[in-house]
Amino acid sequence: MRHLMSPLDFTTQELDQLFDLACDIEQHPSRYAHACDGKILATCFYEPSTRTRLSFESAMTRLGGRVIGFSDAASSSAAKGESVSDTIRIISCYADICAMRHPKEGAPMVAAQKSGIPVINAGDGGHQHPTQTLTDLLTIRSLRGNLGNFTIGLCGDLKFGRTVHSLIRALVRYENIRFLFISPEELRVPDYIIELLKEKNIPYEEVIRLEDVMPQLDFLYMTRVQKERFFNEEDYVRLKDFYILNAAKMELAKKEMLVLHPLPRVNEISVEVDEDPRAAYFRQAQYGVYVRMALILTLLDIDV
Amino acid sequence: MLNIGGIEEGFVLDHIKAGRSLDIYNHLQLDKLDCTVAIIKNARSNKMGKKDILKVECDINTLNLDILGFIDHNITVNVIKNGEIVEKKDLVLPKQIKNVIKCRNPRCITSIEQGLPHIFLLADEEKEIYRCQYCEEKYSEISE
Repeated sequence: MRHLMSPLDFTTQELDQLFDLACDIEQHPSRYAHACDGKILATCFYEPSTRTRLSFESAMTRLGGRVIGFSDAASSSAAKGESVSDTIRIISCYADICAMRHPKEGAPMVAAQKSGIPVINAGDGGHQHPTQTLTDLLTIRSLRGNLGNFTIGLCGDLKFGRTVHSLIRALVRYENIRFLFISPEELRVPDYIIELLKEKNIPYEEVIRLEDVMPQLDFLYMTRVQKERFFNEEDYVRLKDFYILNAAKMELAKKEMLVLHPLPRVNEISVEVDEDPRAAYFRQAQYGVYVRMALILTLLDIDV
Repeated sequence: MLNIGGIEEGFVLDHIKAGRSLDIYNHLQLDKLDCTVAIIKNARSNKMGKKDILKVECDINTLNLDILGFIDHNITVNVIKNGEIVEKKDLVLPKQIKNVIKCRNPRCITSIEQGLPHIFLLADEEKEIYRCQYCEEKYSEISE
């Protein structure tokens, strides 16, 4: 039985198979409409998340399966003090696969160790968010044709943004990728990421101004400065509008550059950018459903 | 100078940083072994000024000394058999450390989940970096 805790749990070859499957689902959705008939996905969300939870629910529903679950800790047995280990043992009796989001880092791994069903990490604190990374990789692969030979700029909260950390760790396995980190001093990428890039001899640069690097980018990955990652309201207010992508900045970019964003967007991308054909973030959300469908099929070992 | 007798079979852990012998006693869980243990604190040392020494009389296969590599790999481990030193063990960093150090990340699941072992994995041998198995937070006080 396999789980998904980190994007690195899959080799690049296994990811290719997963993405091939996701593309086939995109091309032929009706073939997969009953692939999970009789199967149940449990969405155990200990903290609120609209997009990820609904994306999982949509994925399972489109495969013909059903969904049970809870969407915040208050409505779960965690409010009564039940441990993650106990909860997953019970969920294993009710469902065939589980997607778990938890504010505590490593909680899905604890669940996986005690689980009788595959567990998917749907986000654990500031640590990992592997299905977002799979979504990002599939989007890049689908819109560019391959996963290599490009310059990607990551902009915004690079310190606390788990999607950024996961994406970097996944991308370093592909060839000839150059990273440009665009963030305020306070929200720079953690040291361990820099160590990883140095160790693998991967080119990177840390800059403060988005405008300075726009012309170099093939992809721009924007992130939200998340309020819940701050202990201090004043710091949040000071930093949240630091990097806003607007039409003027888009003018500096290549014609074929693509803008990605894990969503939700607050105001780091002006709505005027939405109409730009290079804005790929809503298409990205669609790829998120396809990749979760492919993942559910893969972990349940269902061949169509 | 205090004299402690030699041992027939067991270990002499020498060059322990002065004051750390009780920590090591606890980490090796020597309290759970039914054997003779001598703890020598603040012995004179030409190399270190002061040092601690632990002498443990036991079957040499009963004690797992891997954790010493994590605590302090400058400790000298003499293996004794028939009253003689038969081996000087080189200490290496263990690949995994269980329930010796605690994850201090307040966002880690170990901070709330009852009965969960604190497990750290060796992430970088050269830099002696250990990371929590669950949240991957770096443990930063290796040599203290």
